[in-house]
Amino acid sequence: MKAFSYGRARSLADAAATANKPGFKIIAGGTNLLDLMKLQVETPSALVDINRLPLDKIEETSEGGLRIGALVRNSDLAADPRVRQHYGVLSRALLAGASAQLRNKATTAGNLLQRTRCYYFYDITKPCNKRVPGSGCSALAGFNRIHAILGGSEACIATHPSDMAVAMRALDAKVETTDHEGRTRAIPIADFQRLPGRTPEVESALASGEIVTAVTLPPPPPGVQVYRKVRDRASYAFALVSVAAIVDSVRGRIRSARLAFGGVAPKPWRIAAAEQRLTNEAVGARSFDAAADAALEGARGAGANDFKIPLTRRTLHAVLGEITRI
Amino acid sequence: MDMNAPVGANALDAERIVGKPLDRIDGRLKVTGGARYAYEMQQDALYGFVVEASIAKGKITSIDTLAAERSPGVKLVLTHRNAPKQGTGNHREAHPVLTGPVVSSYGEPVAFVVAETFEQARAAAYLVDVKYDPKGGHFALPQHLGLARVPHQADGAPADSEVGNFSGAYASAPVQIDVSYGTPLQSHAMMEPHATLAMWDGDKLTLHTANQMLNQGQRVIARTLNIPIGNVRLVSPFIGGGFGGKLWVNADAILAAIAARYLKRPVKVALTRQQIFHVTTHRSDTIQRVRLGTDRDGRIVAIGHDVFSGNLRSEQVYEAAALQTRSLYAGSNRLTRHRLVPLDIPVASSMRAPGEAVGLLALECAMDELAEKLKLDPIELRIRNEPAEDPERHVPYSSRHLVACMQEGARRFGWNRRNPVPGQVRDGQWLVGIGMSAGTRGNPLRFSKANLRLDPDGVATVRMAMTDIGTGTYTILAQIAAEMLGLPLERVQVDLGDTIFPEAAGSGGSFGAASSGSALFEACQALRQKLATRAGMDPETARFADGRVATGERSINLTELVGSGIEAEGEISPGRNNQDLSQQSYGAHFAEIGVDQDTGEVRVRRMLGVFAAGRVLNAKTARSQAIGGMVFGAGAALHEDLVLDPRFGYFVNHDLAEYHVPVHADIPPNIDAIFLPELDERSNPLKSKGIGELGICGAGAAIANAIYNACGARIRSYPITLDKILTDLPKQS
Repeated sequence: MKAFSYGRARSLADAAATANKPGFKIIAGGTNLLDLMKLQVETPSALVDINRLPLDKIEETSEGGLRIGALVRNSDLAADPRVRQHYGVLSRALLAGASAQLRNKATTAGNLLQRTRCYYFYDITKPCNKRVPGSGCSALAGFNRIHAILGGSEACIATHPSDMAVAMRALDAKVETTDHEGRTRAIPIADFQRLPGRTPEVESALASGEIVTAVTLPPPPPGVQVYRKVRDRASYAFALVSVAAIVDSVRGRIRSARLAFGGVAPKPWRIAAAEQRLTNEAVGARSFDAAADAALEGARGAGANDFKIPLTRRTLHAVLGEITRI
Repeated sequence: MDMNAPVGANALDAERIVGKPLDRIDGRLKVTGGARYAYEMQQDALYGFVVEASIAKGKITSIDTLAAERSPGVKLVLTHRNAPKQGTGNHREAHPVLTGPVVSSYGEPVAFVVAETFEQARAAAYLVDVKYDPKGGHFALPQHLGLARVPHQADGAPADSEVGNFSGAYASAPVQIDVSYGTPLQSHAMMEPHATLAMWDGDKLTLHTANQMLNQGQRVIARTLNIPIGNVRLVSPFIGGGFGGKLWVNADAILAAIAARYLKRPVKVALTRQQIFHVTTHRSDTIQRVRLGTDRDGRIVAIGHDVFSGNLRSEQVYEAAALQTRSLYAGSNRLTRHRLVPLDIPVASSMRAPGEAVGLLALECAMDELAEKLKLDPIELRIRNEPAEDPERHVPYSSRHLVACMQEGARRFGWNRRNPVPGQVRDGQWLVGIGMSAGTRGNPLRFSKANLRLDPDGVATVRMAMTDIGTGTYTILAQIAAEMLGLPLERVQVDLGDTIFPEAAGSGGSFGAASSGSALFEACQALRQKLATRAGMDPETARFADGRVATGERSINLTELVGSGIEAEGEISPGRNNQDLSQQSYGAHFAEIGVDQDTGEVRVRRMLGVFAAGRVLNAKTARSQAIGGMVFGAGAALHEDLVLDPRFGYFVNHDLAEYHVPVHADIPPNIDAIFLPELDERSNPLKSKGIGELGICGAGAAIANAIYNACGARIRSYPITLDKILTDLPKQS
């Protein structure tokens, strides 16, 4: 860990102004950042602690949705009665992630901004385009069991490890931000995380000095919500594949469907065509397969992660079967 | 005494205190933080941080330490340029560090940075700029089987064994099984990282260090540092787990000792979790071929087990995975062979039940495959092959109750409800199966000494350089002394973990309790003799109870006999019993698992182990030990997999986020371990056997066999992760 200075932000404006300076980094829960600093994957010269800013509320919006403060802890968000009642997919996704101790500390914005768990990204002696642009990708021809089958590039096949973000993607959340000049904007979550392309080091749409202040959820969509996480052990493991599904079906016919996938791509993966293949279709293997075909279009394994392609298909099949039986 | 003959009735047989499910006497200290571990000693020490080689093989061409040396708080940067010349040997004889410029394996320490604080040392360690000239090497075992050779492990069993004519008998056997199994590289993943605090007083070195075998460690450190053994003291009263990873001396101890001598100040170091995977030892992966030939009734006529494992090319230690095959089942034609592949990877060495832990993962699944081929119940197959004596050495078993374990386990577990046809039982989304495995583990006895003292205040004090690595050694030793001297448990003080005390075997290889406990037993006998003599009683008939010694109507308080304190010594040696007898502990494992019909996720639903392992010294700690072993077995079957990247010659997933061991949610509440009543008159004076490793031996195979029973997937490559099962799952409807 490199020596760094530490300060508490007095206000949001103060935090944004400081975060705009080179080498400065925001710290909230710190559950990922501190690990990365110990390994010198992250080497900020200063940390700006925003934990005391009043960003820890969950409020109902005038549209009938929820506005989740950036500092709302994962465990608080999962336990919120409004979330549990109307956004079950989010509550279940949160509780599928990490451990109780980590969820008590981890924040909403921090969860969105957590870095990949790629083994090579974590080891500074190994080439990694995300960590050192241009150094090469060790995972492509290396051990890539946890890596992406969709959305990757020749530069990077790392996955985004969040469960929460997958549920938020299915819920069409928006990420509210403010910057050092006080400008605010709301970024659709679909645009918040970036695919690697040739610049895997750029992971989000955030500009320098821009801070996440909240995540908003639109009113709950109709249908049954399910989050299914498939992993190598029963708890405390990242998703090999996860599916956030919100499906409205009646008498064996699907009226609408939303599907987001985790563990398979550099960002929560959602394909409109897959949802269209289910809309107004009969429940059954045919429509499920068609949806899986669309969701997995272009999927490519790199060796150790090849199994994720059939696993995604089977998991989606199981989720759709479960959700349309409820 | 030398253990040469059956021990007969003795004072432990009363089992007033021994055997009872007593709480650990050090439990309160541990849960209140009062038990201090190596890294928690002495607050004014300097802190060291290891710089690891980031290549697997090659040469250091330059090391620039200037920036590190100028970094805040830094007192010293050790490299091969300023490290002293050290003694050499294999990893069990010496552990020289910073021997560069040649790098022999990934993660080998190339520098050691010492600073006022841990953070300063770590920050400066990243500033050490090492340049290498890397060379290619041999890293992945499966790719280099052609280089295999016969290992010559001085302290191990012979690499090969042959009885009768295996190849002829196998070729003509009416029923044959010929299967290959693979087990992965594994890491011990104990809770406490390897840590040492080193202090010099003139020429005398004291190391507070996490080490399982202190006297062995003392010898290795003396040889490495070229100092007399009498100048080395190891202190290790509490150890946060070892599983074999702390059997030998690791770099932390030597680096701290060298730096402390250089700086004339105490130096402490703890390896980080990530460093442990490369800087210390691991278990080799294995490739195993099992051949079983039987007659039509399932009686084995030929049994063969070939094992490949790998190690750093200068080492001879191999994974003795065919060891149990030499004594577990009958059969007059037998062949076991171990081959070692020289590699350029970190040192492979003992990990919990070296040999059996992974050998049974192959043998006991092969037995399951054989049972299916014969259309025999797996337990019945094993009963038909129960030997009357050791089938290779033709010596008697000291005691062996494997059949009773299997039958008792079958009864308790509901084995008769098992459907022998795979894939028939469902519970919602789960395909449910049950499986079993036999378990066995060698039962060695090692030289140990003990000192016992009874003071005027009526407190008995046990002293020995034994260790307690979390197993409950303090408690069982207190129970033995209390039982033998007729004292309440709270009047026994046990002092362990210091080489100023009499030499002891330490904790490893399931020999700890038997060896240290027997030495203490002998010390107790000697003290009883002295006390009875002082009381004018016949030592043979004197009764020790309630703090008194009595004969007939006459009874004397022990405190009246001790004067200013009375001492006795005891010692135990294995004698001939390791040669004249076949000594193992036995068990039977049962598992019920569910396989998710869609994803192939495996969840353990029930586990039961039934063991016959001689006298149980403490029913509570024994059960904990056995269950801990079974959890370890579940991890071996389902999770643990240290992945080698042959491009870099290193272990990719070197942290606990991606090196998976079971978490609570993986282990069902319905897990139990039962010990059958057994006294082994020929194992040791306690009539006990080792139980530290028995729990793991066979547990994973029971799970693998249950997976086959659940869904018909016979996975011969561990761990059994869902990707390997996927293709065997039923089509989705």
